[in-house]
Amino acid sequence: MKHRLVFGAAAALVAVAAATFGAPAAEKLKIGFIYLGPVGDFGWTYQHEVARQGLVKALGDKIDTTFLENVNEGPDSERSIEQLARTGHQLIFTTSFGYMDPTIKVATKYPKVDFEHATGFKRAPNVSTYSGRFYEGRYIQGVIAAKMSKVGVLGYIASFPIPEVISGINATMLGAQTVNPNIKVKIIWVNTWFDPGKEADAAKALADQGADVLMQHTDSPAAMQIAAQRGIYAFGQDSDMTKFGPKSQLTSIIDNWAPYYIQRAKDMIDGTWKSTDTWGGLNSSLVVMAPYANMPDDVKKLAMDTEAAIKGGTLHPFKCPITDQDGKTVECKGGSNLDDGQILSMNFYVKGVDDKIPGK
Amino acid sequence: MLEAIILSVIAASTPLLLAAAGELVVERSGVLNLGVEGMMIMGAACGFAGAYVSGSTLVGAFCGALAGVALSSIFALLTQGLAVNQVATGLALTILGVGLSGLIGAGFVGDRIDPVPQLNLPFLTGIPGIGRIVFGQDAFVYVSIALVIGIWLFLYRTRAGLVLRAVGDNQTSAHALGYPVLRIRVLAIFFGGACAGLAGAFLPLAYTPFFIPGMTAGRGWIALALVVFASWRPGRLVAGAYLFGAVTILQLHAQALGLGIPSQLMSSLPYLATVIVLVLISRARSTAGSAAPASLGMVFVPDR
Repeated sequence: MKHRLVFGAAAALVAVAAATFGAPAAEKLKIGFIYLGPVGDFGWTYQHEVARQGLVKALGDKIDTTFLENVNEGPDSERSIEQLARTGHQLIFTTSFGYMDPTIKVATKYPKVDFEHATGFKRAPNVSTYSGRFYEGRYIQGVIAAKMSKVGVLGYIASFPIPEVISGINATMLGAQTVNPNIKVKIIWVNTWFDPGKEADAAKALADQGADVLMQHTDSPAAMQIAAQRGIYAFGQDSDMTKFGPKSQLTSIIDNWAPYYIQRAKDMIDGTWKSTDTWGGLNSSLVVMAPYANMPDDVKKLAMDTEAAIKGGTLHPFKCPITDQDGKTVECKGGSNLDDGQILSMNFYVKGVDDKIPGK
Repeated sequence: MLEAIILSVIAASTPLLLAAAGELVVERSGVLNLGVEGMMIMGAACGFAGAYVSGSTLVGAFCGALAGVALSSIFALLTQGLAVNQVATGLALTILGVGLSGLIGAGFVGDRIDPVPQLNLPFLTGIPGIGRIVFGQDAFVYVSIALVIGIWLFLYRTRAGLVLRAVGDNQTSAHALGYPVLRIRVLAIFFGGACAGLAGAFLPLAYTPFFIPGMTAGRGWIALALVVFASWRPGRLVAGAYLFGAVTILQLHAQALGLGIPSQLMSSLPYLATVIVLVLISRARSTAGSAAPASLGMVFVPDR
């Protein structure tokens, strides 16, 4: 018995030694991800997770990925980002606006680690930013919504009054106004990115108040389901939410992060990674529209034509002149349209929005 | 429109009422179970899983309640069997419940079920105005009202309820009189777990018929606060739950109407309203001191 024990232990030791010394010499690149919500949210975080899986599929044994989900924006996030930096991760993706300051803080402490911050605007030599031009998709949605709405009232479930959300509302309205200049929008600020119950309540309130097309800037499919229940139309957000509203979903703005993630990981492996700011839209496939459904053919054609025009550069959602809520013309810094800086810091509503930006 | 608002309010208040009612009984027996959020979300995950696999929301509701009982049994074992601190155990239970529910529910994300059917009586449900409100609700709503009435009758009109209250107010005397303090508390904990599990199951079975990890979004903590708000009395609990639900829904409607009040203030309104009402009720009371069961949160170890 004793012999067998000793023999077994020796065999195990040899096996471990063989595995360690026999392993390929190249070290895997460790990539970390910080997620705001659960990967099962079927919205924002879900799409990042899909991209991460795409990354693993593409680069397989050259990389090792880790992700932390349900990380609250704020002090908690700094701790989590630092945890990844400390444990040998060379490239860290922080996937929410609210991680901006914590990312910069950790980046200063770990200058040898590279960070990619989604939807932010602060950079450093080792911090890049990336985002999608979701407003392009919103413009198309506005066009479709105005065509499909019988009463001319849209319902918008908004999360937080940050420029990204406000520019989304504005792009929607500008697109809708090309079809119906008198279109109205009702906005509810739920002050959360993710709370299915609250989103459902907001959707019900909007529907009860007469909106017949719903759109959201929150992460769960709750509103789509309410739309399906009430027999009205809705747009999905971040992911294709057709499953929750097969007869209701008109389209959805899908975040397609995988190509960007694969490119950045390749840059790291090749040693050519630099701090950049990437803001891709429809023409770089960072933003993809879900198939246009539940609409008549002429609306579908209009949507596809609009998408092609934006892709080709002949149509810009924020084409000047833009009039703000108070009737003043907004200064046009980008020539024939608002420039990126103006869109990124947008804090006004365009004409036609009967709401006050909270906190202004 | 008023009817639509009232329907939304009832739906929003029901999970709070169910969870808080169970917790009220638990706290009346002298146990402070902070694990309500964990039990609720376990109920949500297992409830949805049960309903999806079996095709029946009744089975789902049952599974949800059982999940709550199972999780609360850990709490009972630790706090009553091993005399561990109740606050710490409850918090740990919440964290465990949230994580475990994510694990269990992960495979069900993206699945859809048919929501719990709503009552449809031939003539009564059709009455304009109040028809759907009184006669058109789903089973969870009727159960929640029946539960509160049942708890009130139990606590104030039965001997067993009197004994439970005695255990909560003075565990040593109750023990000296020969009542099985630990057993009563364990049974109360199981009941509280079942209610919290049922409350959690309401969310994916009736409210938003899908499961997503984290979908309770803090409702368990609100239920805990409502028990205190209600001064541990069932009648006040109904008022508190519906007040909270009403203000939550009304602030959304107010925003949609474009009233122009900052949304951050509106979001905090339910909590503010609850605190204000609590202050007003407390001032009106003649007796000084807290209405809490005197032995709340105290560990009980029978003398050897």
